[in-house]
Parts: sequence; C-alpha cells; structure tokens
Amino acid sequence: MAMSWVWTGMVALSLVFGIATGNLDAVASAAMEGAGSAVELGLAMAGVLCLWSGVMEVMDACGISGALAKVFRPLLRRLLPEASRDGETLAAVSANVSANLLGLGNAATPLGIRAARRMAAGCGGTASDELCVLVVLNTASIQLLPATIASLRTAMGCKTPFDILPAVWLSSVLSVAAGLAAAKLLARWGRRP
Amino acid sequence: MNLSSLVLPLLLAAVAVWGMGRRVDVYAALTRGAGDGLAVLLRIIPALVGLLTAVSMFRASGAMEWLSGLCAPALGLLGIPPETAPLLLVRPVSGSGALAVAGDLMAVHGPDSYVGRVAAVMLGSTETTFYTIAVYFGAAGIHKTRHTIPAALTADLAGFAASALAVRLFFGR
Repeated sequence: MAMSWVWTGMVALSLVFGIATGNLDAVASAAMEGAGSAVELGLAMAGVLCLWSGVMEVMDACGISGALAKVFRPLLRRLLPEASRDGETLAAVSANVSANLLGLGNAATPLGIRAARRMAAGCGGTASDELCVLVVLNTASIQLLPATIASLRTAMGCKTPFDILPAVWLSSVLSVAAGLAAAKLLARWGRRP
Repeated sequence: MNLSSLVLPLLLAAVAVWGMGRRVDVYAALTRGAGDGLAVLLRIIPALVGLLTAVSMFRASGAMEWLSGLCAPALGLLGIPPETAPLLLVRPVSGSGALAVAGDLMAVHGPDSYVGRVAAVMLGSTETTFYTIAVYFGAAGIHKTRHTIPAALTADLAGFAASALAVRLFFGR
C-alpha cells in the first residue's frame, strides 16, 4: 500500500508543479518516455543480470553457501546467544546470512523466516531483542556481488560496473554496524523503568 | 590494462574450474540460475514501467528539484548529495522503485559521475527495510515490533551517509 501513496503523490505533485511552472507539455511527454524507457532499461539489464544469477547458482552448487555459513557461525553465536542454544535456529541464521552475502534473496528469505519463527515461539507476539537483531541484519543489506546494480550500471553505459565494489562493502559494513549498535542501545533503553 | 578487466574473466573461469573440480554440472547450474535471473527481471519490469513514468514526470515538472532543495540542508550535514533525496525516500519502501530512481539519476548525471556512483552504492548497501520487516514479522506472528523499525532505519541512514563517504574516499568527488 505504501507504494500506492508514493506513486499517487509523485503523479499528483507532477501535475501541480507542471501547471504552476508551465512545464505541462514536458510532463506529458515525460510520462510516455518514462514508460518506454522502463522496458528498454529492463532489456538492457537482462543479459548481465541473468549471467550473474547463473554464476551465483554455480557458486551455490559448489557448496560456497555452506562454507560461508560455517565461517559466520561463531560471530552469530556471539550476536544471538539465546537463539544459538537451539542448533537448528543457529544453522538457519547462518545459512540466511551467507545466502544474503551471495545475493541469493530467494534462498535467504525462507531461511530467515524459519529462524524468526523458531525465535518467536512462545513470546506472545512481542519481538525479543534477538529477533530485532535478526531482522536488522536482514534489513541492512550485506552483499558481496550486487548483480542487479552492476547490470543497471552496465545498462547505463558504464564500462567498469564492478569498480564500486569496495565502496559498497565499506558502506554495507558501516550500515550494519550502525544498525546493530542502535538495536543494542534501544534494547537497553527500552528495558529501563 | 584495467584491474577489473582481469577480475571478471578470472572470476568466471575460477568459478567454473572450481565447480568442475567438485563434480558440479556447471553449465546446467549456470543456465538454471540465468533462468532465475529472467524471473526476477519479469517481476521488475512492470514495476519499472510504473515508477519510471512517475519519476520522469516528477523530474520534468520541476518537483524533483524542489524536493532536493527541501532536503538539501539536512542532507548536507550528513555529506549526502541532495540530488539523491528521492532515492532515500523510496529505498526503504520499494526495491524496484529505488532501482527506477537510481537509473534515472544515472541517466541524468552519468553512471560514473559522483551522484551516479553514490546512487549505485546506496542501492548496494541498503535494503527494502519496511518490506523485509513486514515479511519477517508477518511470518513469525509478531505484532509488537519494539525497537526494530528505529534500529533498521538507523542502519539505512548510516548506509546512505556511508555511501557518499565511501565514494568520496575511493573515487574523489
């Protein structure tokens, strides 16, 4: 529903601004051009996006997800000590994090949901501190090879679509760290009487 | 020779050789994954049609400039280029919407410009926060989300500021 508000707001504001600034001709032709360019953009992205999805699938079939999950287990055990007492939850969380890292969104979500359901059992509909941490981990993107963005940059005529990778990694780490710090602080603050 | 000209072929070859070594049917996995990519694309294109229409109208009417100007003082404090204001607003709500806005920014400013790069890094280091929260808490039957939304939005805001910082660090302005 949120996107309906965004879309309606943008179109209505465009109409108002178009009338106010006398740009209505440009607004009308922009609407038609925008719709056309969407399909062009989608097609221009198609090749690179499919290629990278394929490479990710090969990496997954080689067992890289399992290896990554093993690497992250000790870290996640410290981050989610309560949930880690249940071996199956810890396995689901580490598989969720490693799928996210590889950009396998379709695989990551069911794994994360399995972990969230186990962690929410018997809490009466209130999120525990650790469940908040799990969701924050999933809302702060951590991705090694952002294939969609690389294909978007390629479609826009960029010759070196992956040259932003170090910047993406640095920014992701800072964003996750800020999210986790905020979750810890707010959890402590919320418990104060 | 550009370094990333080495990285791409090397990565493709290494993944294939590694897969063969592990007796994976590499080509079948590659095409299966490419099919998944096509499915993603089919989901994205209808959303792009809706959103690029709205974004183009928004830009042509002058409303985009107004919005950027409105957000400029606050964004300036965080070192975020004001041109990316529409991206910050759409990113937590819609993934394909953010893709459309970022594509528009790259088309106007160029994919290798400061603004174009910051938009790309922002896309890569943040998520569709509200959608993710709805999916996880919906599936787990959680009604009281407590501090999840403020914490997740803190991560987003930090990601936006860090994106601009990282691009300045690695590429200059």
